[in-house]
Formats: sequence, C-alpha cells, structure tokens
Amino acid sequence: MLNAITLFVCCQFVGEVAARGLALPLPGPVVGLLLLFAGLTVVYRRGRDLPVALRTTAQSLLGNLSLLFVPAGVGVMTQLDVLSANLVAVAVSILLSTLAGVLVTGWVMWRLARTEDLPPAS
Amino acid sequence: MTQLFHLWVYLETTPLLGLAATLCVWRLAMAITAWAGGHALAHPVPIAITILVVLLWATGTPYSAYFQGAQYIHFLLGPATVALAIPMHANLARIRASAGAIVPAILAGSVTAAVSAILIARLLGAPREIVLSLAPKSVTTPIAMGIAEQIGGNPSLAAVFVLLTGIVAGLIAVPVLRLIGVRDWRAIGLAAGTAGHGLATARILTMSETAGAFGGLAIGLNGVITAILVPLLATLLVK
Repeated sequence: MLNAITLFVCCQFVGEVAARGLALPLPGPVVGLLLLFAGLTVVYRRGRDLPVALRTTAQSLLGNLSLLFVPAGVGVMTQLDVLSANLVAVAVSILLSTLAGVLVTGWVMWRLARTEDLPPAS
Repeated sequence: MTQLFHLWVYLETTPLLGLAATLCVWRLAMAITAWAGGHALAHPVPIAITILVVLLWATGTPYSAYFQGAQYIHFLLGPATVALAIPMHANLARIRASAGAIVPAILAGSVTAAVSAILIARLLGAPREIVLSLAPKSVTTPIAMGIAEQIGGNPSLAAVFVLLTGIVAGLIAVPVLRLIGVRDWRAIGLAAGTAGHGLATARILTMSETAGAFGGLAIGLNGVITAILVPLLATLLVK
C-alpha cells in the first residue's frame, strides 16, 4: 500500500512540476495520471496484470472518492451570496447542458458502436 | 463554562476539529443515504456538505478554520486523480477495441456540455467567474477544480457545480436516452460518465455492470479531454 501511495504522490509531484515548468494547459494531477497511465502501459503489456497492492490501493482511494469532494464543497458557504444572486442562470445552465451532454454522448456512441460492431463489453 | 470555552479555543487552533467533523458527518451522511435506500437525491455528498455548513454556521466557525483540518482529506484528491490511471489501464484492451466509437462520442458530449453551459450562463447574465466555474462541471472534482482555477473561475464554486451536475446526469441518463431510442448499456454508461462523472456512473452501475465499466472509462478519458479543451473553449467564448 505504501509503495502504491508513494507512486501516486510522486506521479502527482512530477506532474505538478511538469505542468508548471512547461506551462502546460493541464492541472498537475492530470499530467500525473497521464504519466502513470503511459508508464503502466509500457511496463505491464498485454496479459501482464498490475500488482495486487497497486489495484487495491487505487480501489480504496477511488472507492471513497465522494468523501474527498466534501471539504471543497463546504466552501459553498463562502459563495452563498454569489450563488443566490445567480440561482436561475446556474440552475438552467446545469440542467440544460447536462441534458445536452448526455444526449449527444449517448447518441454518438450508439450510432458508431452499432455500425462498428464492437465486441461485447462484459 | 470558561473551561469549555478554553477547550473550544484550543480545538479551533488544531486541525483535529475540521478533520474529525468531516469524517463523523460523512459517516452520518452515509447512514442517512442507506436509510433512504440509495435514492439519487439522497447522495451522501450534498447531505454531508449541508450538515457541515449548518454546523459551522451555528458555531460561528469560519471556513478557513474548518479547512485547516479538512485540507488533509482535500489533499487526497490529487493522488486519487492519479489513481484513475489504474482502472483506465485495466480497460486498455476495451479502449483499444472500441476507440473508434468511444473517443468521438466523449469528444462530442464533452464539447456540447461545456459550450452549452458557457453560452446559457452568459445568456442569462451570469458574471464571468460563474461562467468559468461552470465550464468544467462535467468532469470529476479534482480535475474540474484544477481547470476552474487555471482559467480564472472559482474552485469552490466549480466543486458545487460538479456535484449538482453528477446528480442531474445520474437521474436523467436512462430516461432521456430511452426517449430517443438508445437502449445500449455501453452508450448509456458512456453518456453518464461523460456528462456526470463518478456520481452518475455510481448510479448507473447499480443497473448494469457494462454501463458502469463504460462510465468509468468515460470519467478518465473525459477528464483528460476536458482539461485540454475547456481552457481553449473558455478563451474563445468568454472575453
């Protein structure tokens, strides 16, 4: 578990340094995600499973991902004025754009997946 | 009473209070969600946030004092984002096999959601900070907060918008796609993950494992696509 945490934190650190140093248009953790994904793809090729500790640590972090949203979300208390002043714009924007995003993604996937005859997912 | 007050003053200066409050309220919110039968509107995140905001407001604790402790939980968002590489790697074969359909679908949905969110908010007169915080709302919180900060939005607002978006997407994905004739679980899962990240995916997963797998894939891929595209769209659409 400690090895996995060390790997994640180091990837984040390198990603952060790279994102700021090279002025990349990506947040540091996303660069870290890409670096780790690229690294894993090279080291663990087809048929080679990831170490169990790496998978279980990722699972326990991602399994509790919702909790990690809470501290930032509580920050809403500092934004209540701005939010209530723009309640209609925010609510309409979120409802309609989410509806549009769901419809477009689902429809494009459905059309392309049908004609390209994808292998069964499960 | 004075002793109690001294104890309170001491606790307020340590990070323990914010940390303990967040974890305990989270357990409570999980219990409330389980009691409500896992209904989408009874998601533990908005419940926990509401309880914590009321607690802080009632005790007159400023957010900065709370965050002194809660930052240790908040910090884990970074490593958790990096950890998304693990499920993506586990789906590598599936990504390769269906990249021809998955990538255009996520790209189209990602651009649609971001552009429509920006334009609708601008049309309804929302200020620049709100518009820029709405733009990355379809991706998972750590990525959305990073993008919002980078393009001049407000990370705290972005986190709230991300949560609301995830709840909406989880509620509407299945019924609205059925309405236009899409019953393919791969498409439903991909749509939920692209438009509504982990919150929507968690809900779809309870209906179909295939949908859950494609939702998980969409979270990672859309996070990367959005991180590249939204800063460009924001410069184009928001002056």
